[in-house]
Amino acid sequence: MTEKEIYDKLETIINTYLPEDVSKNAIQADSDLTKELNINSSHLVDIVLDVEDTFNIALTNEDMEKLHTVKDAIFIIQSKLI
Amino acid sequence: MVTGLGVVAPNGVGLPAFSNALKKGISGIRFFPQLKTLHFSCQIGGMPQIAEALKKNYFTELQLKNFNSSGILYGVMAGLDAWKHAGLGINKGDVDFDSGTVFGVGTLGVDKFRESIHFIDAGKTRRLGSTTVQQTMSSGVSAYLGGILGLGNIVTSNSSACSTGTEAIIMAYERIKSGKAKRILAGSTSDGGPYVWAGFDALRILPYKYNENPTCASQPMSVNACGFVPGCGAGALVLETLESAQKRDATIYAEIIGTAVNSGGQRNGGSMTAPNAIAVQQCIREALLDAEIQGTAIDAINGHLTATSKDVEEIASWSKALKRKGRGFPFINSLKGMVGHCLSASGSIEAVATVLQLHKQFLFPNINCEKIHPEILKIIDSECIPKQQKNVPLNIIAKASFGFGDVNACIIFKKKN
Repeated sequence: MTEKEIYDKLETIINTYLPEDVSKNAIQADSDLTKELNINSSHLVDIVLDVEDTFNIALTNEDMEKLHTVKDAIFIIQSKLI
Repeated sequence: MVTGLGVVAPNGVGLPAFSNALKKGISGIRFFPQLKTLHFSCQIGGMPQIAEALKKNYFTELQLKNFNSSGILYGVMAGLDAWKHAGLGINKGDVDFDSGTVFGVGTLGVDKFRESIHFIDAGKTRRLGSTTVQQTMSSGVSAYLGGILGLGNIVTSNSSACSTGTEAIIMAYERIKSGKAKRILAGSTSDGGPYVWAGFDALRILPYKYNENPTCASQPMSVNACGFVPGCGAGALVLETLESAQKRDATIYAEIIGTAVNSGGQRNGGSMTAPNAIAVQQCIREALLDAEIQGTAIDAINGHLTATSKDVEEIASWSKALKRKGRGFPFINSLKGMVGHCLSASGSIEAVATVLQLHKQFLFPNINCEKIHPEILKIIDSECIPKQQKNVPLNIIAKASFGFGDVNACIIFKKKN
């Protein structure tokens, strides 16, 4: 899977959890999910579950701790897909 | 002052549909194939029918993701409807410290909890997602409402079994009266379905001979009363100070002039499941005293009257407390003939019906009561139990609810002149 393919799928997942006043266009590779996109921190666990289902991978608690930005997510996904 | 009403009932979702069903005596009791599959004795119940598309008028897409709590669904719909009915907008701005909610529950999010239990038992706790707590905590419904409306005063959920709804209104009324809030969204909700109703089925207090004939099953005050039909839904009232209502030029649908709650202590014939009649009478008397009226001032009663053998006892208690009998007894009706017993939601749904009756000056019909119980007729005249919609002048209606744990609640509603 190319980075672009991962990014597109990830963007769809993240879009679901954006607050009403944040548009999809705000999602950038280095956007911080909670601090910049204002996603409720409790929804990070939902994003992780959706990522696991979409990419058929499993994330550990340690992976979650490293997950802050869209880029972080892509890196984690890529490492699991190898 | 009651300035707004909202309702999600088995026989009508939304105030116009419910009001129409109420006047016409339309039953909301249905057969549920799932209950048959699960070998329930009673395979019927009352459950509001809500289209998927309608949910989007109350919840965001994100809120509906993995959403599986019928009590929160009903409560939020009824609550927001009442708020809008009162002419209040959905607050998108700052927190409103003058407004709160007391929104009662029995058990909440049972289906979500069941879904979670399956994950947990399979060793997949981390798959629960982020919203299991908020959907299954008892105060989930008030938490959702508080967030949507930006409420900054009390935001809580009371619980007292089948008197929950009436108690919620009383708690809200008392807080407003004490000057601690200007406006409170008061109401209650109940989950429905097999996992809520099963315990009652096991108690064998539900009718089991009407699975082929559901709309005839719930028969309050009838000689054929054979148990209550389980139901669910939500009712909500906006209560506010007269000053606040007048300032907004709000329509006042009724006012509350007296209230009382008590318990029979599970003594003197009272138990976990049965009321102590002395306590019931005392509760009604205290409400009259609080309203500073005599029993003779009551034009009509909206009873608890669940369609069990206890109906006779309830009529006897009203008669003793009001000191009225025969033809001198007020009109009395029970909504449960139409919607069944909506458990923790019953008090609030029935309070909505009570306020509608005062505002529109009619009595809704007692359905499935063709033959009144002979023991009831020894106490009051059959004329007191209208079987058709009756348009009569109504000034004061008393509403009471009783619940497991031997708890009682009574409200005196008055038409606002």
